[in-house]
Order: sequence, then structure tokens, then C-alpha cells
Amino acid sequence: MRKITYTQATMEALQEEFRRNDRVISMSNDISVELREEFGEERIRLTPISESAFVGAATGLAGSGFVSVVDLRMATFAFVAMDQMVNQMAKITYMFGGQAKFPVLLRMSIGAGIHMAAQHSISPYSMYMNVPGLKLIVPSTPYDIKGLLKTAVRDPNPVICFEHSALAMVTGEVPEEEYTLPFGKADIKREGQDVTVVALSQMVHEALAVAEAMEKQGVSVEVVDPRTLVPLDSQTIKKSLAKTGRFVVVDEACRTCGAAAEILAQVAEDDEVFRKLKATPQRVCGIDIPIPYSPPMENYAIPDRAKIAAAVNKVLGR
Amino acid sequence: MAIDNQELIRMYRTMLTIRRFDERASKEFRGGSGTVPGLVHSYIGQEAIATGVCFNLRLDDRIVSNHRGHGHLISKGADVRRMMAEIFGKKTGYCKGKGGSMHIADFGIGILGANGIVAAGLPIATGAALAAHLEGGDKIVAVFFGDGATQEGEFHESMNLASIWKLPIVFVCENNQYGVNTHYKYAVAGGSIPRRAKAYNMPVRSVDGNDVVAVYEGAKEVVARTREHIGPYFLEFKTYRWSMHFESDAIPDMRPKEEIEAWKKKCPIVRFGKKLLKMGVVTEKDLADINDEVMAKIQDAVDYALESPLPAPEDALEDVFSV
Repeated sequence: MRKITYTQATMEALQEEFRRNDRVISMSNDISVELREEFGEERIRLTPISESAFVGAATGLAGSGFVSVVDLRMATFAFVAMDQMVNQMAKITYMFGGQAKFPVLLRMSIGAGIHMAAQHSISPYSMYMNVPGLKLIVPSTPYDIKGLLKTAVRDPNPVICFEHSALAMVTGEVPEEEYTLPFGKADIKREGQDVTVVALSQMVHEALAVAEAMEKQGVSVEVVDPRTLVPLDSQTIKKSLAKTGRFVVVDEACRTCGAAAEILAQVAEDDEVFRKLKATPQRVCGIDIPIPYSPPMENYAIPDRAKIAAAVNKVLGR
Repeated sequence: MAIDNQELIRMYRTMLTIRRFDERASKEFRGGSGTVPGLVHSYIGQEAIATGVCFNLRLDDRIVSNHRGHGHLISKGADVRRMMAEIFGKKTGYCKGKGGSMHIADFGIGILGANGIVAAGLPIATGAALAAHLEGGDKIVAVFFGDGATQEGEFHESMNLASIWKLPIVFVCENNQYGVNTHYKYAVAGGSIPRRAKAYNMPVRSVDGNDVVAVYEGAKEVVARTREHIGPYFLEFKTYRWSMHFESDAIPDMRPKEEIEAWKKKCPIVRFGKKLLKMGVVTEKDLADINDEVMAKIQDAVDYALESPLPAPEDALEDVFSV
């Protein structure tokens, strides 16, 4: 099968969905030349740097018979539009008694590793997990982002796609044929018998590297990628744990109240899974600090392969 | 004045419906049946604005309202029964009891919702105007907000975006002079709200918000121009709210008593009634009949709300899509 980058897969998903439905409208202050050439300036709209206005306009547009796709660029910039995201977009379908739908896709980049310090580096999905009314996707591969983004554009409700900056040039197999991927369906990225590692976004790749290294030591690691945080496929994770009995969750985001904590809690409160645990589960997360600028500190702030391997060894009692 | 007599009477009836609705909603909240659970922001004193503006709108035009929204909704054609039921938290309300007074919407008649956050409706309305622009035709959007909203970033960003994209939207500022208890002369640098709109390169008109005929005539030209889809328009209506910020003693009314009384003497409904009498459009008896009719309609709405069932606790789980 052909291999393309995460960025190319993203572009293909958008092109296909814009061709499929001419009521899909894009807004961003950093527009894609490729999209603009094909779909024109009315549909690929260049915005001023006014996050509140264009995120809110995306909601109003979506509530008036269109589909809005907004590229906010960085997750840190999205905070400027918090009222529109949290008080409006997420809540108003419910608050209006379900009488209207707001199909809005918000895209934003996340993560550390780009040496731009804390106002340009964050992985804030767990904050949004605490806001009912938003679907959250965290694709880690070209295949996943293409299929999930296409589903997101077709979803009648607000979706946020978190795209880790470090994934842009990652390549992977993507079929030529049309496909979509369902929300709420985790993907087992690598099968294994001894330890279940649930990893999010870019950390999927780090976990896979650790799994490969551990195999040489005779340890079989299963790597599960939830792919979507809302809805969260805890069943697949529980099934994996029923097999391995050992659990590590890896997330680059801050540890406190993070997605890793929620995943761990959902597993721990399941009697059946809890009884099958052979070791105390472990979280490998970012430290609770703003992401620092200088690379030695930046790298220290987030999980790496050594930290993941240490957690795997710990649950193995090694 | 080239307004049809029947249209004038309908406008009077609408203004009176808003007045009686909010009098009753406030009364029910402050005792009455004791079953209104939340808050009511009364529109009393400002009835001429929603009426005069919305009488220029079509069913397929869209409006976005704010926390003080009952008047906008009634003027755009909302059903007072379902509004009252929503305020009472009943299952038969517009939002099935999930929103309350500040969140009533009726997408079927172009009401894209009231809103509990000051100025938050402006970006949403701008998006609805973008939809009208993309669809072509001559549909427009009107968004209602108070003087207080003009200090919010969402106001400025939306005005700018609507202007650079030449969107078909009328920004309707109801300058009732106070954001809760803060006078706009204090809150607005330079003391002029229209000047802000001029900075965003859109035409501006300031009209007496207590004269429904002036509001109607002013809005008529503005709406006609906006239907050409050549850009936004800004309308400022000076007015006054008779009641405190909301019907609760949680925030005392700090406005000067004499000022409140002086504005009550400029009642837009009394003023319009006198005008209709003078013009010979109605008789005293006609006005009394209209009042009786409106009172009966509001009583019917309250009866409907009282008789309607409360939602079951687990109805809270309906309309949820993100689990």
C-alpha cells in the first residue's frame, strides 16, 4: 500500500469531504493554498486573528444549515475562544432541548517538542473531556487521521481534532480507496500478552518503540490507541487488560486530572478488570509544569521511551 | 406615516403582549405560584425596540437574542405558551426545561436562541449572516444586545468580521444605559457607542428606542439596505429598563429613583396608545379590548405552564451526544 504523511492524509480527508458536500465551509487565519485553489475564497475563508468571532461564526453557520471546519492552528490559541467553545458550541444543542444541531469541526495542534515554550505548547484535551457536548479525537497515524477527520466532518455535532505537531511528517499506509473510521473504537496498534500500554497521540509511537525494544527482552507489550477520547472505547482497553493483567497509560499531557487519570479510573472501577490486575497500574504523563523552552527542560517535562520502559518494567515487577 | 392601520394595531398588541408577559413572569417568579425556579430578566420599558425591528423581518430572517430576550422572541413570533412553560421549567417548554428564560430558541421561525453570556450572541449571529451570504438571496440577520455588550471582545471581533466580509446583519444595540448598575457613560470610553460602529466602517443610525413608530421606520430603511447584502448596519436605540437587572434582590438596583420614575413617564406603550387614539386608528374601547385579549392570552400561557408536567429526572439524559 502507498505511504503518505500525516499532513497529506489530513489534506486528502478535507479535499474529499469538501468535494462531497458543497455546504462545508472552512475558516482559519492560516489557509491552505491547495484548498483555496480548488474550492475558492467563499468556501475557504481567510479570517482575521479573531478566534472568538470565527469560532462563534462557525457555530452560527452550522446552526444555519452549513458545516463548519475551523483550523485554530494551535491549541493555545483556542483558549482565546473559550466562551464560544465551552459556553456556546458545546452546550446549546442541549440547552435548546435538542432542536438544533451544530456540525462544527475544530482542528488544533498540540504537544511539546517544538521549542516554542508554554504559550505554544500544550495538550489540553482533558480540559475538554470535562465539558459535555464535545467529541474529541486524537489521531496518531496518517490512516487514523484521514478516516477520523472524514467522520468528523460528517458528524452533526461539534468535534475537536487534536493533532500533535510532531506527527506532521510521520508517514504511514493509507489506502487509495475511500474509507471512514468510527468514533469510539480503539485500535490495537500492536498485539501483546504481558502488558497493556494505552498511549495517546504522539505517545503511541513512543510506546510502539518501547514495545519493540522490550520484545527483544522477551516481554510482549500490547499497545492500545483509543483514537477518540470522547467517546472513549474503554471496552477494548478492558478486554486487553483481561488478557495481560498489567496496565500502563502514557500521555504527554499533564498528569493531574488528565486523560490518563480518567482511563485509569474507568478501568479501576470495573470489578472484573480490577480483580484480574496482577500489578498496580502506572501512569506515565507530562510533569505538571508549563512546557519550558530550552530543549533539556522541555524533554524532561514530557514522557520518553526510558520513562515508559521503566513503567512497563515496574508493572512486570522487574 | 405610511404604516397600515392594521399593522399599527398588531404592533401595539405585540408591545402589550411583551409587557404583560414579563409582568406576569416577574410576578410568578417573585411569589405568585411559587414555581418559577430560575431568573427573569424583564424587558419592560424596551418593548418598542424588539417590536419595531422585528416587524420589518420575515419569517425566514434570523435573529439572535440575549439574556433579556422575551421581547425579541415574542416579536419574532414565538409561542408564549411554550415560552412560559420553559420559564416554569416544564417539559412542554421550548427547551424541554433544559434552558429556562435566558435560552429560549425556536429555530423553526429563525430564533437562533437567547443567550446567557453578554455579547456571545454576536459571533453566532455573524455566522448566521455568513450562511445568508453564502445562500445568496436577500435573507438577513438581526442581533440584539445591550450597551454592556459593547465592552466585550466578542462585540468588537464580530463587528470587524461582519464588516470585512460585508455580511447581511443588523447590529441592534439596545442602549438601556446600564450594564447591571454601571452607566454606559462610565463604561464606554468616549461615551459614544455609535462611534465604535463607525470605526468598523459600517453605517450607523441612532433612534429613540421608546417611540415604536420611529424604531419601525428607522429599522425599515436599515433592513431594506441590509437585504441588498452589501454589508452590516448598526442601529442604536436609547431606552431604559424599568426593572432592576433581574427579578431578584440578589443585586440591588442602584440607579437613581427619580431617573427610573422619569423614564416610566416615557412609557413606549402609553405613548403609542395615545398616538393611535390621536390618529383615530383606535378608540379607548379598542385599547381596552386589546388589553383584555392580551391578558387572556398570558393567563392561558400561565395555565398551560402550570398544567404542564415537570420533566422526569432522567429526561436530563436526552439530547446528549458526547458520552
